[in-house]
Parts: sequence; structure tokens; C-alpha cells
Amino acid sequence: MSRLSIAAGLLLAGLLLAGLGVPAAHALEPSERLANPVLEARAEAIGSELRCMVCQNESIEQSDAGLAHDLRLLVRRLLVKGDTNQQVIDYIVARYGIFVLLDPPFERVTWLLWLAPPLILAGAGMMVLLRARQRRPDPVVAALTPDERARAAALLGEEA
Amino acid sequence: MLVEIGHFALVLALLVAAVQGIVPLIGAQAGSRPLMEVARPAALLQFGLIAFSFAIFIHAHIVSDFSVLNVFENSSLEKPMLYKVTGAWGSHEGSMMLWVFMLSLFGGLVALFGRTLPASLRARTLAVQGLLGLGTLAFILGTSDPFTRLFPVPADGRGLNPLLQDPGLAFHPPCLYFGYVGFSICYSFAIAALLEGRVGAAWARWVRPWALTAWCGLTLGVAMGSWWAYYVLGWGGWWAWDPVENASFMPWLLGTALLHSAAVVEKRETLQRWTVLLAILTFGMSLIGTFLVRSGILTSVHSFALDPSRGVFILVLVAIVIGSGLVLYALRAPGLETGSPFAPVSREGALVLNNLLLSAGMATVFLGTFYPLFAEVWSGVKLSVGPPYFDRTFVPIVAPGIVAMVIGPVLAWRRGNLRAALRRLFPALLGAILAPLVVLSFNRGASPAALAGIGLASWAMLGVIADLADRGGLGKLPVSTVLRRLRHLPRGTWGYALAHFGVGVLIAGIVVSTAWRSERIATVHSGSELSIAGRTLHFVGVTAGNVENYQAQRAEIVVERPGDTSFTVYPERRWYPLAQTWTSHVSITTNGFGDLYLALGEPDGNGGWVLRAYYNPLVPWIWFGAVLAALGGLVSLTDRRVRMRLPVPRVTAAVGPRPAEPG
Repeated sequence: MSRLSIAAGLLLAGLLLAGLGVPAAHALEPSERLANPVLEARAEAIGSELRCMVCQNESIEQSDAGLAHDLRLLVRRLLVKGDTNQQVIDYIVARYGIFVLLDPPFERVTWLLWLAPPLILAGAGMMVLLRARQRRPDPVVAALTPDERARAAALLGEEA
Repeated sequence: MLVEIGHFALVLALLVAAVQGIVPLIGAQAGSRPLMEVARPAALLQFGLIAFSFAIFIHAHIVSDFSVLNVFENSSLEKPMLYKVTGAWGSHEGSMMLWVFMLSLFGGLVALFGRTLPASLRARTLAVQGLLGLGTLAFILGTSDPFTRLFPVPADGRGLNPLLQDPGLAFHPPCLYFGYVGFSICYSFAIAALLEGRVGAAWARWVRPWALTAWCGLTLGVAMGSWWAYYVLGWGGWWAWDPVENASFMPWLLGTALLHSAAVVEKRETLQRWTVLLAILTFGMSLIGTFLVRSGILTSVHSFALDPSRGVFILVLVAIVIGSGLVLYALRAPGLETGSPFAPVSREGALVLNNLLLSAGMATVFLGTFYPLFAEVWSGVKLSVGPPYFDRTFVPIVAPGIVAMVIGPVLAWRRGNLRAALRRLFPALLGAILAPLVVLSFNRGASPAALAGIGLASWAMLGVIADLADRGGLGKLPVSTVLRRLRHLPRGTWGYALAHFGVGVLIAGIVVSTAWRSERIATVHSGSELSIAGRTLHFVGVTAGNVENYQAQRAEIVVERPGDTSFTVYPERRWYPLAQTWTSHVSITTNGFGDLYLALGEPDGNGGWVLRAYYNPLVPWIWFGAVLAALGGLVSLTDRRVRMRLPVPRVTAAVGPRPAEPG
């Protein structure tokens, strides 16, 4: 297995996991639920990404507040009317601003937010690689023959 | 009178901290032994005074002395005794007392157990710890005096926030602060080492046990906080990427990195500068976390007892501590010896990768936590950064670390052989590929993310087992020899195995509970039934009654599962009249592999009740995993201690007691 394929594997595992997402958990009441399970699932997905503005950092699906209740009903009303998910979100953002979005959109004000993590990782990774290149041990010293290795292991006891 | 004595003891502690912070530093600089020796008794005395003062503060809470403002505001006569004691640290003033208590505790512990430290290093470490105490005590006495009197004395207090009247939260702060503040001693060691001008294997050997001690406390503290959120907030969420949660998670991430990089310094005398920087930043994150929680600058579900005016004081303190640490680092780090070389594929290389990913992950959490604040200041835009952001950035950064976490311990120091390592880990590799396929065969609709998570968790758990089997020589030697070899593995190895296995268990819990959770929310009447995850819930009815300091509405629900004996559970809602608040007291039935989680909601007015039922598979593993990890830390700690008692001649030669003249 080459080093590159391992790196690619690592990256893939990470990206796949990122799709795991937030556990759906709800404060919503039975009377708010839509009869149509597909619409209801869409409503819950939308609701878990919208912030309840009067609460401390909860989504409208999680919050017991009256405003959250009203917004849950609003989301469902719009979906029943036939709006797409994006239209529903746009409708609410138009009224309350991007503050309601728990998943911040990629806009000028959030460029740094979204781009910084990969840049930090890449930058720090480059630094480490450059350092490592300087520090590579002398191969002549490092390479022991299997015999020497066995003798050394015997001398050192079993400690790894 | 007692209260005044407690207050006075706190003032005395401030003076002692000033002496502890200044005299030994001068002594170490001038090479004066008597001045350096001031540090130990001063640290012990400071601890004694603070402990005494804290005890008096708790006593005032126990006897409900409402002439003390803090007791009046946070306690009441009818509050159960447990919460009278633990409510002492439920308020801002009380939690700062707990904070400074932990700070002086770690100073006192180093004074007691640090006999083998070189005199100048010990003097400087304790002096820095004294200065930290000085700053905190000045903050407490100046802005958050816990002993302020109230006159006329009220007949009863206002009571404690009902959410805090919970055994989980009662013991969460001491545990969390033990870890949070425990990293102060690593900071002090780092500053002392920078002043001394040398960081070597011996230094790392002294710092590592303290970092491990603090880390165990912090691990348990964070886990308890998430457990509390799980059962108190009433919807079964255990982590919301909330600012206060992040505040405890950031020092945990850096502290974990610190543990691993200190191991490299100890074993291989390399990464010295980075380790010192980490020690400074880890405690810096603890301070920033305290600032975040105490100032209320970011809104959070966990915020209690806020006062923005105090934020400024803490912010200045944070700036001084981190700023001076970094300036000293910038001045002195270039003079520190650089380490011995190593190949990218080596134990060191894997630990560097671990540090890289943990630090980048921490930076991401930091950015996400503070970004709304920055954005508002810079551009006036109010925005939110919620869980979806962290899921998409933090998780992919840290996940590769989990893959590497298994390979690292199998690699040799200096220059490892990846092919050989993977051969040793082959059973784990096989398991990590098969486990998701098995899951997929049972559940065709499983998402790729969940399958990747299953693979990762299996890899982490099986990797540790494969490594242990290999170390024991399983398959090559007779079983009795294998067992003997395993028994004789160093405690540190067992500590690593437990901790890394715990991480695997934790990931399994997170992945399975997130992906396969089921939920039923319905209005139920007496006699109605609800089925969830193969269980039938018979709703018997709700009874109301008065208990201690609250009124309860208690539902009775009989749970039946084919082939099992049925049992009854009682989820409750509680009304606290003093605080005018409802809390939900959920019923959680666990068998170790899944939780049946029932929360009683509001009545609908027609005799019906809202019932929220969840089945959370493997969710207890999240906390099992965290406890295993902390246990692993404790086990390696016993190894360290044994080793520290042994005379190690090379170490004393490297950094012996020497007249202090910073290089």
C-alpha cells in the first residue's frame, strides 16, 4: 500500500464521516406533525438547521419556545403549499436574516469561516513536512541488519 | 463572624500568593537557595488558606446563612442538603472559588510531591503558579466577592436554578475544573522551563504525570457535562457544539495533543519547543473557556449566573497570561535545543500527525465558536455557526487521526516500517472492512457516513486488540506465556490500550446512536399504547404530588417487549414554584447497548399528554468510552509514578540542580 493511497483513504474516511450529521431530535408536538411522512421528514430536516432566535443556541426543532413552535408551523405550511426546501429557507432568511441559519452559507462574510479549516490544516501540514525533511535521520545509522536487530532486542530485553 | 474569617483568609491567601509569585523568582534568578525555598511553604500555605476559606463558604451554604448575599441568591431553606453543598459552586462566585481552589491544589501538590525536582525549576514553577493564583484571587476579591453580606437578613433565599439541582451537574464542575485548572501546572512548568532555558527528557518526565492527571479529570468532566445534557435537556441530545461545550472541548483537544507530544520529548528528546507551546496554549484555552462561560459573551444553553462587566477583568487576565507566555516563548524558544531526527513514518511521525490534526481541529472549533462574535464586530452581520458547520469541518479533520491512532503505537521510534505495521494490524484491517459489510447486509439503507463510522470504530477497537495480541505473541507462543507476557507489559502500555480502545467505543456509540436512533412523539391517554424499537409502551396515567421543593407530574408507563419481563417507568415533569420553572425528569432504561428514553411533555387539556419516546442504540458507549479513556490515563499514571521514584542517573545529569542562570 503506497503512502499516497493511505493518505487518500484517510481523507475519504473523514469526508464520508462528515455526512453523519446532527441527530434529529425534536421538541415538536404531535399536533404540529404533517400527515405526509415525506413532507414531515423534509420539515424536520429544514427545522434542525434553523436557529430559534429567542433561545440559547437551539434549533427550532429542539426548542420549546413559542417562536420555535410558530416557525415549525410556518415551515410546514410552506411545504404543504408546494415550496422547495430552498424556497422555505429563503423565505425565513428574508425575514430574519442569516442569523437563523445554523449552517452558515458561503458568503463574503463567511469565506474565512469555511476556508480557514482546510487552509490551517494544509499550512500546518506543509510546515511539518518541511521540518520533517530537515530532520530525516541518516539512513546509514538507522538501518540495522536483521541480525543486529535481533541482538539489540536480546540486549534490551523485551521492551518495545 | 465565621464569614468574615473566611473572607480574611482569602485576603491572606492573596498576600501569600504575591510572596509565592515574587520571592522564589528572584531567588532562582539570583541563585539564592533560601529565597527559592520560600516557594514550597508558600504554596502549601496558600492552598491551606483557600481551602479553609472555601470550606467556610460551603458551610454558609449548608447552614443557609442568608446574611451572605451569595447564599441568599442561590439557595433556599427547602432545598435538599446535597444541593445546598453542591449549590455552593453553582453560582459565579462559588465557581470562581472552586477554580482558585483547584489552582492552589495543584500548586500544593507540586510542592508536596515535587521533591525530586531541581530547586530552581521547582521554585520557578511554583512562583508562576503563585502569580496565577494572585490574578485569580484579585479577580475574586475585586469583582466577585463570595462573602458579601446582606442586611437586613432575609427569611428565605431565592433558590438555585432547578436545572442545576441534579446529581450529574453537582459533581460535573469539580471534575471539569480539576482538569481545566490542572493544566495550569503544565503552563507553570512550561514558563519555568523557558526561564531556565532548557527542556529535556527530564522536564517532560515531570510534566507528563501532571498533564495526565489534569487530562483524566477533564475527560471525565466533559463526559459528565454531555451526560447531563443528555438526560436533563429532555430530547436526548448529548452534544450540540454549544459555546460552553466547546469551551471545555478546546483545552481537551490541546491537552490530548500535549500528552502525546510530551511522550515524544520524554522518549526521544525532540519536539521540545512545540510541547512547551502546547502547554502554554492548553492552559490558555482553559482560561479562554472560563472567560467564555463567565462573561456570557456568547449565548449558550449552559449559561448560568452571567455578568458582562466581569468579562473585562477576565479578558485582561487571559491576555496577560497568554500574552506573557507567548512573548517569553518567542524570546526563549529559539535557544532551546532542537531534537533528534526521525523519519516521517515512525512513532514520532504518527504523534506529530496526531498533534497536527488535534491542533487543526481545535483551531476549527475555536473559529466556529468565536466567528459569530468576530463577524458582528467587523461587519455588523449577525450570524450563527451551528452543528452542521462542525460536522463538516471538525469531523473530517479529526477522523484521519483515528486511523493513524491505531498505526502509531505499532510503529518503531525514529524509523518505522508501515508495511510491517499493517501486517501486524491485519486482523483489525480485516475487521474494519467486514464490520460495515455485515451492518450493510442487515440494513440496506445504511448511509455511507454511518458505514464509514462503523469501520473506523471497529478499526480503533480491533487495532488495540491486535496490537496487544501481537505484543503477547498470540499464535506463536503457548497461551500461558502469552498471558504472562501481557501481564508484564508496562502499565503505560495498558494505559494506552485502554484509552485508545475507549476512543473506539466512543466512536461506535456516536455513530450508531446518531444513525439508528428511533423516535416516536405522540399524544397519549390513559390506556393508550405506543410502540418503539420492538417495545410496547402502555400509558397508565399521570399522578401529581408535592416532593421536597417542587411539584411533580409523574407518568406511569409499562414497557413490554416480547420474550422479556415487563417493567414500569416513571418519567416526570417538575414545577419549581420558587424559580417559576418547569424541568423534565426523563426516564432512561439502559441495557448497556441502548437506551429507552422517555420524556413526559405537556398535557393537551383534554386528558391527553404529549409523550416523547426515543430509542438510542449504543448511546451509553459514548460515556463508557470516555470513562475507559480516563481509566487508561489513570493506569499510565501509576506507571509514571513508579518510574519517577526510580533513580535515573542520566536524567539528573541532564538537568541537575544547578545554580540558576538562564541560558
